[in-house]
Amino acid sequence: MNAASRRRICRALAAFVFFVLPSISRAAENFIIVQSTTSTQNSGLFEHLLPIFTKKTGIEVRVVAVGTGQALRNAKYGDGDVVFVHSEKDEEKFVAEGWGVKRYPVMYNDFVIVGPRADNARIGGGKDAPQAFKKIAEARAPFASRADDSGTHKAELNLWEQAGVDPKQSSGKWYLETGSGMGATLNLALGKRAYTLTDRGTWLSHANKDDFSILVDGDSKLFNQYGVILVNPAKHPNVKAKEGQAFIDWLVGPEGQAAIASYKISGEQLFFPNASLP
Amino acid sequence: MLDKLGTPLPDSSGLSSVRLLPLELRNLSLDIGGRGLIEGVDLYLEDPSLTVIMGPNGAGKSLLLRLMHGLIAPTGGAILWAGVPINAQIRRHQAMVFQKPVLLRRTALANITHALWLRGVPRGRRIPRATQALQLAGLMQHAFTHARVLSGGEQQRLCLARALSLDPDILFLDEPTASLDPASTLAIERLLIEAHHHGTKVILVTHDVGQARRLAHEIIFMHHGRVVEHQPALRFFQQPESIAGRAFIAGDLVL
Amino acid sequence: MSGSIDLDGTLRQIIILYPQLIEIVGLSLRVTLTAVAIATIIGFAIGGILAVSRFPGSSALIAIMNALMGLPPVIAGLVVYLMLSASGPIGVLQLLYTPTAMIIAQTLLVLPIVTTLTCRTCQDLLEEYREQLHSLGASSAAIVQTLLWDGRYRLVTPVLAGIGRAIAEVGAVMIVGGNIDHVTRTMTTAIALETSKGNLTLAIALGIILLVIALAINVVLMWMGKLPSHFANA
Repeated sequence: MNAASRRRICRALAAFVFFVLPSISRAAENFIIVQSTTSTQNSGLFEHLLPIFTKKTGIEVRVVAVGTGQALRNAKYGDGDVVFVHSEKDEEKFVAEGWGVKRYPVMYNDFVIVGPRADNARIGGGKDAPQAFKKIAEARAPFASRADDSGTHKAELNLWEQAGVDPKQSSGKWYLETGSGMGATLNLALGKRAYTLTDRGTWLSHANKDDFSILVDGDSKLFNQYGVILVNPAKHPNVKAKEGQAFIDWLVGPEGQAAIASYKISGEQLFFPNASLP
Repeated sequence: MLDKLGTPLPDSSGLSSVRLLPLELRNLSLDIGGRGLIEGVDLYLEDPSLTVIMGPNGAGKSLLLRLMHGLIAPTGGAILWAGVPINAQIRRHQAMVFQKPVLLRRTALANITHALWLRGVPRGRRIPRATQALQLAGLMQHAFTHARVLSGGEQQRLCLARALSLDPDILFLDEPTASLDPASTLAIERLLIEAHHHGTKVILVTHDVGQARRLAHEIIFMHHGRVVEHQPALRFFQQPESIAGRAFIAGDLVL
Repeated sequence: MSGSIDLDGTLRQIIILYPQLIEIVGLSLRVTLTAVAIATIIGFAIGGILAVSRFPGSSALIAIMNALMGLPPVIAGLVVYLMLSASGPIGVLQLLYTPTAMIIAQTLLVLPIVTTLTCRTCQDLLEEYREQLHSLGASSAAIVQTLLWDGRYRLVTPVLAGIGRAIAEVGAVMIVGGNIDHVTRTMTTAIALETSKGNLTLAIALGIILLVIALAINVVLMWMGKLPSHFANA
């Protein structure tokens, strides 16, 4: 083996030592992985909330933000310590099937229907969400759906059901199924001048609003409940149960609840703490 | 004990004790794609004279050389070096120079030390031997020049120097000066004569009658894939036995 | 239109995010360069061996490597994710959502490119050297080493191609890394995030920075490759 190939191998080993090894050894650090949703991440809540928790407990919280369906699936496979999503039925199922220990309600935010100033379906100012959906369907006005199995998507489907409409039949015509996160769907809605259902938090923090505004809100059917669950360590021994539970306890305790309430965008509160006290 | 380059060896273990001669080709044939390129060749070479294989283009000279060196396998017949069929061990005591110089993208010196490395020469001996070979070929001033920048003649001299640095018992050359100028050709021929003096058996393929006259002790004349004549050089040039041979020496086109 | 690109705002945003920008760029470079380094070592070796040795299945392997050049990054990410998942075969290593996982995924993406291009380069060189190396009695291993060194300037191309493919992809690193802030957020996942948040200006600014970095790497490597440009047939 000549000098040249030896040099190359040395360089490679150096690369391995300096780049790969450090990340392997960091596996022992004090952190938990929380599977949560893109809408929660996009609202900016975590940037506000997590540093407070870490400062108090020294536990780093690493958030993986995907759709609700994917978050629960990831947790089912043991790739997370805590689940923090907003889809009550699926969360109950998750616990019932033994993948989670216990579901704690944490906070709620609400969904809003946004649309262009033109508002062809004339839903602006309404307080009845299913009624607004019905008007949109009748007017065949463009509507952007996340169609990605997320909490927001499930809430949207619920409203269509209550409105007595099956929008999937018009998929590709006026009902646009993006299969994407909230931000991407909003971008598409703006581009196509379409109505869409979004959580208030994502809407407020979405930089690109064009001439769109909130047309319908305040309906109790638009309330979006968040729950937090510890992944069951009995099913997945790698789960950091102690730290995970510490996070949950903090979230539903007075400090966490206050931190949630104090998060505001442009002076407006996004999330409303409603954890039931023990 | 002197090695083939004429320098004293530190010990005699470096000198091969393998007797490669006589070389015997028995009913050798080579068929490729249904065409018989070499047919029924019987040859017996036993003394270390400078042998030249001659013939018109397409006669099969280069193929015969490659068969002897073990680069191609025959489809029929046998190639025996002192009774042993050609194998990798035997090839280690041979070297070959091709018509077009084949040099790596590195310095002249590095090309030779690389070949010595391939042959398993220990690290400490490589540079001295390579330097010696370069000196012999008159290329010392180009030792650290990138080999491919050298002129055609210099490149071919380098290939020959490389071959000689390996201390081969048998040296094959396939039309080494075909595309070289007269000065380079002369330099190469001088090196060959000197190598032969020091004990290397040289087997040279050429279609240049003049070169054959200058160098050969023994002529093998080929035509259409067959060995037509095998004679001492003097006798071949004065009295060729075959019509083809006669025509070739006279400079006619041999069909 | 309020959604249009605002260059002044871009500059301000970048300055505000300055420390985080260094972090993101640093991670992108670390992940990609490490992955390419590993893929290069393995790819040079395999590519060289495939060019030099014929063994049962070698042609099939070459064809497969060729095809894998078009492997969608998302698929590479999914495969690695399923392996590293806590429920997966090597989940015990707890590598999911770490830069190491991202390095593994990108190595998988870059390996076919390096292998295939190395194999082709070595095959070309072998045409020229085969007989001479055979005459010198070189073993297969020795031939591979000789060809790799001889083709060293041409072999910069597969490395550049690998870097380009890795630094620009988002599918693989997003799935196996999770785009975790301060931990596994790279330039491309940050761009994806800012786009989904509607911060288009910032996304484009990040994209421009990414391109500038890629250009810088290309310039450096091409300069290294051009050093012997006055040599014939380099």
